[in-house]
Amino acid sequence: MKPPTDLLAEPGLDAPTHETTAVENPTVGIDQSAGDFTYDVKYEFDAGNGLNENVIRYISSVKKEADWILDFRLKAYQTFLAKPMPTHWATKDLENIDFNKIRYYLSQGTKPKRTWDEVPDDIKKTFERLGIPEQERKFLAGVEAQFDSEAAYSNVKDIVAKQGVIFCNSTEALREHPELFKKWFGKVIPTGDNKFSALNSAVFSGGSFIYVPKGVKVAMPLQAYFRINAENFGQFERTLIIADEGAEVTYMEGCTAPKFSTSTLHSAVVELVALKGAKIQYITVQNWANNVFNLVTKRAIAMEDAEVKWIDCNIGSRLTMKYPGVILKGRRARGEVISIALANDGQHQDTGAKMIHAADDTTSVIVAKSISVGQGRSTYRGVVHIPKHLKGCKNNTECDALLINTNSRTDTYPAIVVRGDTHAVQHEASVSKVSEDMIFYMQQRGLTEAQAMSLAVNGFVNDLVRQFPMEYSVELKRLIDLEMEGSVG
Amino acid sequence: MPSLEIRDLFVALAATPDKPIVKGLNLTIRTGEVHAIMGPNGTGKSTLSKAISGHPDYVITSGDVILDGKSILEMEPDERARAGLFLAFQYPSEIPGVSIANFLRAAVQARLAEGEELDATAYYKRLYSKMDMLKIDRKFTSRSVNEGFSGGEKKRCEILQMAMLEPTFALMDETDSGLDIDALRIVAEGVEAMRGDKLGVLLITHYQRLLDYIVPDFVHVMYDGRIVKSGDKTLALELEAKGYDWVKQELAAATA
Repeated sequence: MKPPTDLLAEPGLDAPTHETTAVENPTVGIDQSAGDFTYDVKYEFDAGNGLNENVIRYISSVKKEADWILDFRLKAYQTFLAKPMPTHWATKDLENIDFNKIRYYLSQGTKPKRTWDEVPDDIKKTFERLGIPEQERKFLAGVEAQFDSEAAYSNVKDIVAKQGVIFCNSTEALREHPELFKKWFGKVIPTGDNKFSALNSAVFSGGSFIYVPKGVKVAMPLQAYFRINAENFGQFERTLIIADEGAEVTYMEGCTAPKFSTSTLHSAVVELVALKGAKIQYITVQNWANNVFNLVTKRAIAMEDAEVKWIDCNIGSRLTMKYPGVILKGRRARGEVISIALANDGQHQDTGAKMIHAADDTTSVIVAKSISVGQGRSTYRGVVHIPKHLKGCKNNTECDALLINTNSRTDTYPAIVVRGDTHAVQHEASVSKVSEDMIFYMQQRGLTEAQAMSLAVNGFVNDLVRQFPMEYSVELKRLIDLEMEGSVG
Repeated sequence: MPSLEIRDLFVALAATPDKPIVKGLNLTIRTGEVHAIMGPNGTGKSTLSKAISGHPDYVITSGDVILDGKSILEMEPDERARAGLFLAFQYPSEIPGVSIANFLRAAVQARLAEGEELDATAYYKRLYSKMDMLKIDRKFTSRSVNEGFSGGEKKRCEILQMAMLEPTFALMDETDSGLDIDALRIVAEGVEAMRGDKLGVLLITHYQRLLDYIVPDFVHVMYDGRIVKSGDKTLALELEAKGYDWVKQELAAATA
């Protein structure tokens, strides 16, 4: 494999013709986890291992990007180098990420296919096994399926496209809709927000771009599926969703990766813009393998009378740090975060929400439920900020933790700063343990201990799951059942 | 004919295995029979029912429990349940977020052979007919199991589960406690409706009151971890009239 430096040394090269490289991936045996498999894939473009300016130039040239984007990336790289790891408040485990081992870009090309028939077989069989084409036919308005760095497939149903809805990946959007993209790109989450948003800004690839025109209500959800296939890989998708005035859209994302012995990095940046009276609902059900560092920055801005709702389910991964937020920028804007996290042995789910009130009469709601199994650790970390000059703001925060075993751990760090005397803020937190009597009761009715645990956990999150689209609530229940299978005995 | 045999059973709390609570209890129940165990507080009645169903807080230090000729002591609580044993709890647990319909569905599904899918239409039809029998409102099915239930609702919910799971042997631990007279009648009628040659029942109770509605074939008096007196339904009436002191005095005289 040629390192990217060699390629870029050739003068006047704007489209690298990288030798086709066969990447050896161990095909991992299929176990209980539906996402735990890999097929060998031939990558056409490969930035090699490690990160430097040449890697960034390589990514940018593969994508044939405009100069301003390359500049943006290079500046971000400097910010990334300058920013410290947030280990002082979160976890030392972050120090185990070896940025020199990670592969920052792998793809078979930057142009996604519009039909599944055109998707290369080695990639198509992965998505077929994950059931994506079937779900698309059944209930989705559009699908984007990202495989490592780029979307392999992207399509939106005619009925939605005719309404003027744009749904494509970020690479295409930067090429074809730069004026729409540039206006909000990096505005909700600035490059320097944190070390990982800076990293994403330097090497981002893939992710969705959605624009919903004024007054258009997309009836069915749009879905993206993010699949990591290669070992030592870093996935850095960049998503930007803009709902114009009065528009409504629901976006769902699913994520899986096979289990490798080495760690994988997933570090996305997701920006949502809900203009006046718009509604965006963003649903994540992630099921990362337990060696994935999942360090994602997600934030929305909600203008006057707009509503943004994040539904965030975190299962799997080695360490997840994710705090979806809403900046309530316009009067009567409403932000909501529904968060479910399940931490099993060797996993740390550090999740929560940020609600930044920046206009009068804004409302925010946070409901976070976490489950710690075995030696799993879950942490709720939240920020609610209501400054003094505002009037009539409301926040309601509820965090509930469920501990399954005696060595399970949960922590809650709510930071609520409220100034002024016309606001209403409520915070409730609870920790409960699945009692032996409850499990015995269920066993006495014929359920095995694992089935009883599963039912107890599903019951714990049931009031939140009921807000999900049917297909996703079924998926979440299945994932919980799988996680609880090995938790007893 | 299926039978549940309790042979010279000794039971203690798992935390204090050297302090037996049940001390050499013998009892055989056959299907078609209703046995009542009566006795004062703290004599080991509830311990007996929990130990038979495999509660982890209790340990059987000696003796055996035989269901259909096979010892169940090595079986997990759920295996005992699927083998036909049902315990109507004195204090049923709450299961937040799990509806009665889903809970019972999981319990019914657990009794099917592997790969066999429950017929949802038939299940609901049967569930509703049992609910009608116990005069339970249809809305009940979507409520979380026992959460926020009144005492009467909890006990009716236990009987509903028993009706749906059709056990061979039911241990009913103070099913009458906390019930007003109307609820008691409904619960008793439910049990009476299930009574027949396919079901054996062990009723644990303090009071004669329940036995006015569910007339037992046999009555046993339990005292200090053992059955000290057995008889027919007239024994219960005698106990009601004379109190437990009468049994204690008789016992003291016999052992003196």
